[in-house]
Amino acid sequence: MMRIELVKRPQRSALFSVLSPFIAFALTIIAGGIMFALLGVNPLDAFNIYFIQPVSEVWQLHELAIKAAPLILIAVGLSVCYKANIWNIGAEGQFIFGAIFGSIIPVLFPQFEGPLVIPLMLLLGMVGGAFYASIPAFLKTRFSTNEILTSLMLVYVAQLFLDWLVRGPWRDPQGHGFPQTIQFSDSATLPQLMPDAGRANWGFVFALVAAVAIWLMMSRMLKGFEVRVLGSSPRAGRFAGFGFNRMVFFSFLLSGALAGLAGISEVSGAIGQLQPVISPGYGFTAIIVAFLGRLNPLGIVAAGLVLALTYLGGEAVQSALGISDKVARVFQGMLLFFVLGCDTLIHYRIRLIGMALMKPDAAKLDAAPKLEEAR
Amino acid sequence: MGGTVSANHDRSNLLEVRGLTKIFGTLTACDHIDLNIARGEIHALLGENGAGKSTLVKMLFGSLEPNSGEIFWDGKAVKITSPGVAKKLGIGMVFQHFSLFEALTAAENIALSLNDGSPISTIAAKARALSFSYGLPLDPDSLVGDLSVGERQRIEIIRCLLQTPQLIILDEPTSVLTPQEADKLFETLERLRAEGKSILYISHRLEEVKRICDSATVLRHGKVVGHCNPRQETAASLARMMVGSEVKAVERAPAEGIETAPALLEIRGLTRKPATPFAIPLKNINLTVRAGEVIGIAGVAGNGQGEFFESVSGEVPQQDAGSVRIRGKDAGALSITGRRLMGAAFVPEERLGHGAAPRMKLSENLLLSRHATDGKSFVGSGGMVKNSAVYNAAQRIITAMDVRKSAPDPEAAALSGGNLQKFIVGRELDRKPSVMIVNQPTWGVDAGAAARIRQALIELARSGSAVLVISQDLDELFELSDAIAVMHNGELSAPLPIAEATFEKIGLLMGGAEPGHAEHSLEMA
Repeated sequence: MMRIELVKRPQRSALFSVLSPFIAFALTIIAGGIMFALLGVNPLDAFNIYFIQPVSEVWQLHELAIKAAPLILIAVGLSVCYKANIWNIGAEGQFIFGAIFGSIIPVLFPQFEGPLVIPLMLLLGMVGGAFYASIPAFLKTRFSTNEILTSLMLVYVAQLFLDWLVRGPWRDPQGHGFPQTIQFSDSATLPQLMPDAGRANWGFVFALVAAVAIWLMMSRMLKGFEVRVLGSSPRAGRFAGFGFNRMVFFSFLLSGALAGLAGISEVSGAIGQLQPVISPGYGFTAIIVAFLGRLNPLGIVAAGLVLALTYLGGEAVQSALGISDKVARVFQGMLLFFVLGCDTLIHYRIRLIGMALMKPDAAKLDAAPKLEEAR
Repeated sequence: MGGTVSANHDRSNLLEVRGLTKIFGTLTACDHIDLNIARGEIHALLGENGAGKSTLVKMLFGSLEPNSGEIFWDGKAVKITSPGVAKKLGIGMVFQHFSLFEALTAAENIALSLNDGSPISTIAAKARALSFSYGLPLDPDSLVGDLSVGERQRIEIIRCLLQTPQLIILDEPTSVLTPQEADKLFETLERLRAEGKSILYISHRLEEVKRICDSATVLRHGKVVGHCNPRQETAASLARMMVGSEVKAVERAPAEGIETAPALLEIRGLTRKPATPFAIPLKNINLTVRAGEVIGIAGVAGNGQGEFFESVSGEVPQQDAGSVRIRGKDAGALSITGRRLMGAAFVPEERLGHGAAPRMKLSENLLLSRHATDGKSFVGSGGMVKNSAVYNAAQRIITAMDVRKSAPDPEAAALSGGNLQKFIVGRELDRKPSVMIVNQPTWGVDAGAAARIRQALIELARSGSAVLVISQDLDELFELSDAIAVMHNGELSAPLPIAEATFEKIGLLMGGAEPGHAEHSLEMA
């Protein structure tokens, strides 16, 4: 019998902290190659189709930017939450509510046109996401509920609410019964950056601006210091006079607003109307992006591009090789698994203990001092 | 330095340690340690914080593996690979920090560590018999949460004795006891010695080592600097061995004209309900600290000092705004930031995780308590932190307090306890606060750093500030204070002027004599 224990390392290796995402990516490729081989496909061909071909032409890079924009916007907000040790898992719901709030103008007031429409929609999108994020924040500060559960469960509420809206009150009367709203007018459509080269819209610019702004806040401003102190040592944070409840609201509202902005940008830029499903799980994939980017906004930009590629690659292998596009989810899952695994091994080392070598009573007695060490 | 103990030649040693060495990275925590413990002796292990005492003991108890060296038990070479092996050999240990579950009874806690399947009632009966025969009164059926610290320590000792050890290791056992409780413990130790058991007694309190120990091994910087008979040494000569140089005595000029000086900190009828089932409620606490004086608060740990500090610092504000007044203004409803802006400064008991964020640099930890009071110099427009100003201020404090460190701006966790405490105290002194409240200013701090911190607190008071020191260390309070009050079970006695205070008087108050303290005649005068 073997027992496996994780033993905390006295020092963290700075080198491997930097290398960790790359090692994780390499391990994902190896495991992915095995998966393709098991599916009966030559792994090299599959990788060519999955990772190389989707980014070999300019218009495809635009598609990459379209997929990366919401991932980066959401993940940058989530990184603030996670740095503060607050676990917002419900960005998908906040994304949807941002899309719904932002769509109020083009759906209910389609005759309102002009240059003010887009800024107002974006603002409403942020308000919607922040509003939806304030619910788990309120529940946590008022009733000490676990924000992981409440924010996650609210995702399903949001999805069903959107489904009801587009099948019921907001359905396009001329839409032949399809569950969708009217097409947004031109002035309610987020402009494309370079219409001649590809479809990428201003959402990608928002993502880059948000990443730089949050990076500045976290590394240079007192607010970022407050986030880091409360996240790493809450008691020291209280001693500093930083309020924990205020931080819960700040981080939820900020990440909610960014997720909402991503939602309305996606609907107004890439889709052009509300549908029952407007996201291929951006809100959840962004969690992977946040960790793959080491919770650093600039790292998140790179991680967002990588994860966006897994979406495009999934579509590509489906059309070229007939493999289900669920393979994208598998890649995303493996990437998160290996990132978390690498991070764990940076902080801990594995110790195998042969149980057979120890007398059973000695093993039992061992437990009491462990308690002491753990304190 | 003192000779070896000659009286022990005829006895065979129970434990012999030869050249035991433990290396952590570049630090040699224990460097070729030799140690002999005879049967039936109380052997003191002396040394400052960081001298290697804990590392040595952990190797003897099997929690750490030595890099080299030998251990002989009863004349035979042994390898102590785990605490289980140590217990099998007959080595028992009572830790400084207890590992007890507060919601379980004493007997249940003992049963958990024995883990041999015997029914609770049998264990309770054994524990009762043991506690009776060693003069350690304990009711095995009482809930740990209801017990005093001294009683909890008795559970740990009985738990250790139930395994019939030949060698008992006690780590700083009196640091949590009143003088009277410590006397009781010494009687028990003498009884164990009379039965032929050996005791390794770790302490930095020289008077008690002189009183009960037969021999002593002194460590400094991981090396044995001497074996001696503490009875033939003076406290001063032992201290010299531990520190390696003379420890400068703290000087306290007499405070003059205190009675007429303005009251800078007033606590009026401070009452607080317990926040958790095991927290101590504060009951109608009254205290005045005037400009120029140091008031000490003595008390056994866990009698409400933590709750009192939280309330006075504003980490937990009060309903009644008048219950805490700073410089003549109500502060009870203000947060800790509001109270700092009124001129108060605070040093909590825990250094890592409360007074400082462990994984943050010293300069960031400076910002921790001073981002509001020094907002103009540290934070620029738009909330941007002026990193160079903060860095320079941190360096100023490091120089002023002689903080020793390995890098220009290391993480707080990389500093030794004493050096971090010097930084945390220095961080507040640098502001020249008019009210300073310190909880356990020198807990676990080496003698040199402790003297420096104490001197700095006295100087702050004499320059016109009010200083309130909460401490479990009576020697420290007698060295620092102009008057000492005692906290017991959430109540605070009237302060005794230092001229009238004695260890006996304070010790009785710490044990709960004179409950109620209805009148506070001294401070009203």
